[in-house]
Amino acid sequence: MGLTDIEAKQTKLTAVDRSHVLICAGAACVASGAMEMEALMKAKISELGLTCEVSVFDTGCVGTCDLGPVVVVYPEGTFYVKVKPKDAEEIVTEHLLKGRVVERLLSRTPEEHTVPTIAEHPFFAKQQRIALRNLGVINPEDIQEYVALGGYSALAKALTMTQDEVIQMVLDSGLRGRGGAGFPTGRKWAFAKEVEADQKYVIINGDEGDPGAFMDRSILEGDPHSVIEGLAIAAYCIGATQGYAYVRAEYPLAIKRLQIAIDQAREFGLLGAGIFDKLDFDIEIRKGAGAFVCGEETALMHSIEGLRGEPRPKPPFPAVSGLWGKPTIINNVETLASVPVIVEHGPDWYSAFGTETSKGTKVFALAGNINNTGLIEVPFGTTLRDVVFEIGGGIPRGKAFKAAQTGGPSGGCIPASMLDISLDYESLQKAGSIVGSGGLIIMDEDTCMVDVARFFLEFTVDESCGQCTPCREGVKRMLEILTRITEGKGELADISKLEMLAGGISKTSLCQLGITAPNPVQSTLRYFRDEYIAHVVDKQCPAKVCRALIQYDIVPEHCTGCTLCAKHCPTNAIHGELKGVHTIDQEACIKCGECLARCRTDAVIKV
Amino acid sequence: MACECHATEEAAEQQILDIVEAHKNRPGPLIPILDEVQASLGWLPKSAIITIARSLGVPVADIYGVASFYSFFRLVPPGKTKIQVCMGTACYVRGSQQLLDALERKLKIKAGETTPDRQFTLESVRCVGACSLAPVIVTGEDCHAGMTSAKIDKMLKPYMQEEPAAAKRG
Repeated sequence: MGLTDIEAKQTKLTAVDRSHVLICAGAACVASGAMEMEALMKAKISELGLTCEVSVFDTGCVGTCDLGPVVVVYPEGTFYVKVKPKDAEEIVTEHLLKGRVVERLLSRTPEEHTVPTIAEHPFFAKQQRIALRNLGVINPEDIQEYVALGGYSALAKALTMTQDEVIQMVLDSGLRGRGGAGFPTGRKWAFAKEVEADQKYVIINGDEGDPGAFMDRSILEGDPHSVIEGLAIAAYCIGATQGYAYVRAEYPLAIKRLQIAIDQAREFGLLGAGIFDKLDFDIEIRKGAGAFVCGEETALMHSIEGLRGEPRPKPPFPAVSGLWGKPTIINNVETLASVPVIVEHGPDWYSAFGTETSKGTKVFALAGNINNTGLIEVPFGTTLRDVVFEIGGGIPRGKAFKAAQTGGPSGGCIPASMLDISLDYESLQKAGSIVGSGGLIIMDEDTCMVDVARFFLEFTVDESCGQCTPCREGVKRMLEILTRITEGKGELADISKLEMLAGGISKTSLCQLGITAPNPVQSTLRYFRDEYIAHVVDKQCPAKVCRALIQYDIVPEHCTGCTLCAKHCPTNAIHGELKGVHTIDQEACIKCGECLARCRTDAVIKV
Repeated sequence: MACECHATEEAAEQQILDIVEAHKNRPGPLIPILDEVQASLGWLPKSAIITIARSLGVPVADIYGVASFYSFFRLVPPGKTKIQVCMGTACYVRGSQQLLDALERKLKIKAGETTPDRQFTLESVRCVGACSLAPVIVTGEDCHAGMTSAKIDKMLKPYMQEEPAAAKRG
């Protein structure tokens, strides 16, 4: 079947509807009540008999997660934010029925100007959405919408070219693996194409394990066809007939949407035998079962084979001997979503974005202590300052920016002095961090960097597969030392011990999990050494986070004697009469912070 | 009574055998099988692992090795309501450790454990992907955004009310 046939097969012409209401069904919006709001909206629409002129559907993560639930009404692109269930009716009766925009639900700039449409929102001004092109634009459960926006035409185009021509295109585009390692995608494909075999495989790596990264989930939920199309192009290039999509079991919606997309693609002849009369290819979903290490490609393949997800030494590389010993390529979700655009617009168009060596765009998940949290896509080379202060809107409650953590447990922290760093593979590596999968956690002055390092090591110790000694034992020793330091029991020699262990572990571990595990410690030691010294020598936690090094006190002048703190103290460590000043018995206090959380007069402080 | 138990056990075994049969011939069947068995039983009891091992013709130790490797598979029965405290980086820097501590004190169990009445299982999880709402706690299917320890009682209330009924059954 050709693409024109598919377009002809489109039964529901989207132009018939007067308005399209897109409800963001990303995790954050759903958690804020988007689904209840949608149900009410649909009920009102049918009550007013508007069902044949207005269609309402879920879309993928729009990106402005802190403004959720968000609603976009097309064709105008009216952008409603923080829409509560009680607002649903008003949007229907005012906007959809009478054509009057509901002003009070529009987003506002810090200067209190309303932002009428999504295109005008400052959050999107510095972005370049390529991998995220369809998120918040189409209904991910309808293949016809993807096709209407040019979907699967890149696959059709690729199939008219030779395999080498397509690979060359991807090579020329400069596309590198977006899952963390940054290996040139085209080179990977070229390796696998050269190997002779009776069977080859292509795999979507959707085992997004980095805490704080949710771009793969959002793409799978919001634009699954782009990933399928990318994988089909990869399959054609290397000569594979079977694909697997390895997606975390923790992402049920992503799995559901991807399955719907696969079924629809089969129905349209875009998966299965004789795709455009040229390619036989199909995809099966395999659920990841909750092991961070399965993001590593050899571990991932073991997991598909039904084994423990333990990595193995490379070489042989998967391109030579992968799944069931056959040549296999594994690409990240975001990488694959970028492939159709590259084939469609050509490598020059894509490589015009970015820097000399880091081409194109990267999706970052912006979270932590920042005003505008969400999913953003910017050209490589955008500065951290632009991301934090222009797109991210700065740090909440007037606090100071302290560090940005990139690359999750394998990455490092960028301090405030380096805010003008260009976000690209090389600059971040030089700074002791990595782009990684694109998690970008912003930390303010109240964050203890020693504690953050300890947090990441706790994660790695938990997730180490236990095969090789440096990672299994070494990282655990590092965690013990860090725990000691945060408990005020550290000594100066501990810092050099940490450095020694870090060097050894990263040189001798089997896989990237172990090799990069010491990164959070090394980078915080590099930029925040004085904080380590404060913990070890002065027995102080400058950010007042480490429990053993702080104590809670009550400022008598602020205490009104409301007894709220005493009532909630789990160890009855707070004494005082009603309307009298309260005091904390430091012996009995377990420093849980409950009193601070409860106090309404700012009388409880950390010292 | 014993008879009834026996009958349910047999039914469960037949269910497992059906699941194994459905997947047996596809490549790498084990993880999808464990996933489906857990979906139907709620966890992976020893008897289920033995049944799977026998019908696939592989050692029990191999199956146990796989089941214990992945955090998704449960080898102990979970409580009625699962409370997951997100310990992703964004939640952590916004204070999720304090929430976990408060829940541990409140429920008198550690993370990863189940209350003796099987009402609650407390878990610390790595990123539920709702980073912009940090810190986040998930109870059952509900995601609670911007949590503070002061909001915990209110969050637990709907689940606490079922307690007397559960006690009666016990």
